[in-house]
Amino acid sequence: MSDHSILQIQGVTKAFGGILALNGVSFDVHEGEIVGIIGPNGSGKTTLINCITGFIKMTSGKVFFRGRNISGKPAHKIADMGVTRTFQIMRPYYSLPSYKNLIIPLFSPRARRTGGWRGGGKLGDRDTVGIDILEEIGFERDSFVPYKIASTLPTGYLKRLELARCLALKPEIIICDEIFSGLSMSEIASMVPLIERLQMDGITLLMIEHRLRELFRVANRVIVLNFGEKVIEGIPEQIMADEQVREVYFGSEEVEEVMSHA
Amino acid sequence: MDIGERRKERLDRGIKVRTDGIYALMSLRELSYLTVPRLVFILGILILPLVMPSMYWQRVISIVCIYALLALSFDFLAHFAGLVSLGGAFFIGTGGYIAAILNTSFGLPTIVTIPISTLLGAAICTLLLLPCLPLRGVYFAIVTLMYPLVFARIIEALNIFGGTDGIMGVVSFPNRWVEQYFMLTMVLLFLFGMRRLVNLDIGLVFRAVKDNDQAVRASGMSITHYKAIAVFIASAMGCLGGACLVHIYMWSGISQFALDFSIIPIAATVIGGAGTLVGPILGCFILVPISELLRAFGTLRIVFYSLILVAFIVIRSEGIMVYGQRKYHQFERWVKV
Amino acid sequence: MDILIYGTINSIALALMALGFALVYGISRVPNFAHGALYVVSGFITWSFVRAAGLNYLVSIILAMVITGVIGALIYQFVLIRVRGMAISEIIASYAIGLAILEGFRWWGFKGMTYTLPVFLEGSTDIAGIPVDFHRLLVVGIGGVVVAFLWLFTHYTRIGLALRGMAQDERAALMLGIDSDFMAVVAMAFGSMLAGLAAVLLLPLGNIVVEAGYNVLILAIAVCIVGGLGSWVGAVLAAFLIGFIQILTVMYWGAHYQMVVALLAIIFTLILKPSGLFGQQKELEERV
Repeated sequence: MSDHSILQIQGVTKAFGGILALNGVSFDVHEGEIVGIIGPNGSGKTTLINCITGFIKMTSGKVFFRGRNISGKPAHKIADMGVTRTFQIMRPYYSLPSYKNLIIPLFSPRARRTGGWRGGGKLGDRDTVGIDILEEIGFERDSFVPYKIASTLPTGYLKRLELARCLALKPEIIICDEIFSGLSMSEIASMVPLIERLQMDGITLLMIEHRLRELFRVANRVIVLNFGEKVIEGIPEQIMADEQVREVYFGSEEVEEVMSHA
Repeated sequence: MDIGERRKERLDRGIKVRTDGIYALMSLRELSYLTVPRLVFILGILILPLVMPSMYWQRVISIVCIYALLALSFDFLAHFAGLVSLGGAFFIGTGGYIAAILNTSFGLPTIVTIPISTLLGAAICTLLLLPCLPLRGVYFAIVTLMYPLVFARIIEALNIFGGTDGIMGVVSFPNRWVEQYFMLTMVLLFLFGMRRLVNLDIGLVFRAVKDNDQAVRASGMSITHYKAIAVFIASAMGCLGGACLVHIYMWSGISQFALDFSIIPIAATVIGGAGTLVGPILGCFILVPISELLRAFGTLRIVFYSLILVAFIVIRSEGIMVYGQRKYHQFERWVKV
Repeated sequence: MDILIYGTINSIALALMALGFALVYGISRVPNFAHGALYVVSGFITWSFVRAAGLNYLVSIILAMVITGVIGALIYQFVLIRVRGMAISEIIASYAIGLAILEGFRWWGFKGMTYTLPVFLEGSTDIAGIPVDFHRLLVVGIGGVVVAFLWLFTHYTRIGLALRGMAQDERAALMLGIDSDFMAVVAMAFGSMLAGLAAVLLLPLGNIVVEAGYNVLILAIAVCIVGGLGSWVGAVLAAFLIGFIQILTVMYWGAHYQMVVALLAIIFTLILKPSGLFGQQKELEERV
């Protein structure tokens, strides 16, 4: 157990009724790295995120964040410590403009503690910070996009808005639930550098993905889940070459394609 | 013209230079475009007691104000915090009983009992509703519907607070002008206060809790905490209404937990326009006087406003206020396709 | 011993009151808050047929049940169908209808005077030294038959199976060619008839009063919530639980507490375990 690991997952198990969605999953995430989690549908990826971030209670197992046990804490306490997440199904606050969407995370206790913008908390203060964050994440400041009602945004911007919501909290780790899925090729092309920049800014990322090609480009380490159990863990090249992974993804064309490129 | 050959075109009228929520007022006309409706509303409300023909109708205005506070509280909770509370009577009863006890047992004057019962009542209501806050939609609605009933039955069964007779001999307001203008001022204060609040940052958080509570949790905020604040604000309005009601009727009894206080505000909100905050108040100003006119027919008035409520729900009406706002801000015309 | 006998009778009565509500909610997910009003309507129709029109008792009971069923179907067809799926609007709309019916009766002079229905069988017998009249025994018997009939109906008949299919998964049922709106109307009619049956069975034990409508609604909700909304078996079990607790509190504390028990049962069940003591829905406690 190295001292620079930021998140330690130890034997996380989740049973829905009699079905084991997760069975003793353990791994470490180190400070500043990008860890990918892959696995076929129903392998328990999203359940794992929900367990880590406290949205559902795990049956057994422990999660440590910087050495502190966060398993069993309520979701908002975990987010307050800097463990943020995005949602696979994006549901922004539809009736609000994009930059107003960020008022909510900016109003949170954590953002108020960590924000460098506490200039008396005047009206409009948070609006400015919100627009700054949106610009950072790829909303063009001078265009009308940040001011549009969130329900009219295309998927690419909604995914960015999810990331922006995490960034507003000044996170230590962002757990992304399929941030690439549903995006067009050009949207992905602009998302990848964004992820890389987040890493350079010192944010640790745990990414759950279906799009293996893009994930393998950015990830430092990849963990493969199948039927709720960890199959293998290693650097992307190792995973691509592994026989077990081929078995898990048997028939999946994309893997074949990625593998042949490797 | 055949329906296929034409369509309705809606054009904004009014302020030329604007983006969402930000206006640049270019002329006196544009300034009045924004302020006249508000001024008419405020002045209209303030003049009301002067033009009422009799003492009886002046009293009706005070009662309208109590319902207006309740309707405002229902609208705020349901459409800005996502908690549909069918227990308006619970707020009225709590505020009313506290005011009555403070006045009769401790001899405190009106000016003290009303603020205390507003805040203390709101605190009590919030504490009692606290365990129910994680409940969603229907379940919260059912549980809030049961609260006033259970309190009425408990008071009856334990024979406390005067039992079925209630608490009598509560002092009234100094005179009817104080009573009416106090009530009207409170309604206006709360109305414009709430309109301001829902657009403040914390108001956005309430709306976010309603839209998507998971994202609020993921933003590191406890939804229960914000729901509790919303319930406190809403129940403060209800308790204020209850305290005033007790001082107006000089009596407090279990009928304050009656269904009238739960159903009329809902009907007023549906009729006036849900989610507009002004609409419910207008709804009360329409519905309560009509219900008073029907007082001679006894419980027929409950039938009357229940049926109006059903009718508005069935035709899926948007409400008077939403309709009015649309007509005011846009004009429609048929254009050939 | 008397606790056992009175408790059983009370529990069966509660189950009868609640079954209609549970049936409608279980199948069409419509919380029918007009249930109590339909109960009173049925009692009043029976009374007017028997006392005012002088019809045969059995004929008027059957007529009353059919009419109540039709009223329920009409309420669904013309009002609730418009707000289908919007649970809060369903509650408000059906509650307002119930309120209109009950207060309409009250305005019409349905108070003060005593309206009673004759009991089916005069006389009483002794069970283990406690006098129990025949009518109450009949209620217990018919209650048991109704529960058994419902079970057989939903497990072995075509329409019953369709109803159960819809209760489990409405979309899947739609794909299998089950007309969900028609089934909801059928369920509503059935539920209303059950309310009517409960009324003609239980009202001869006392007077027909408007307040009964509110009390029946509260009791039905209490039983269904404690048993888990949508679960009939749960409702029957919960009826026994609440029935016996009510009898115990009435015996030791006083009659005032009968409704307090039901109301507190609703509140505490919702707070502690919203899916009910016997419900199988986990989604309420764990949803992301």
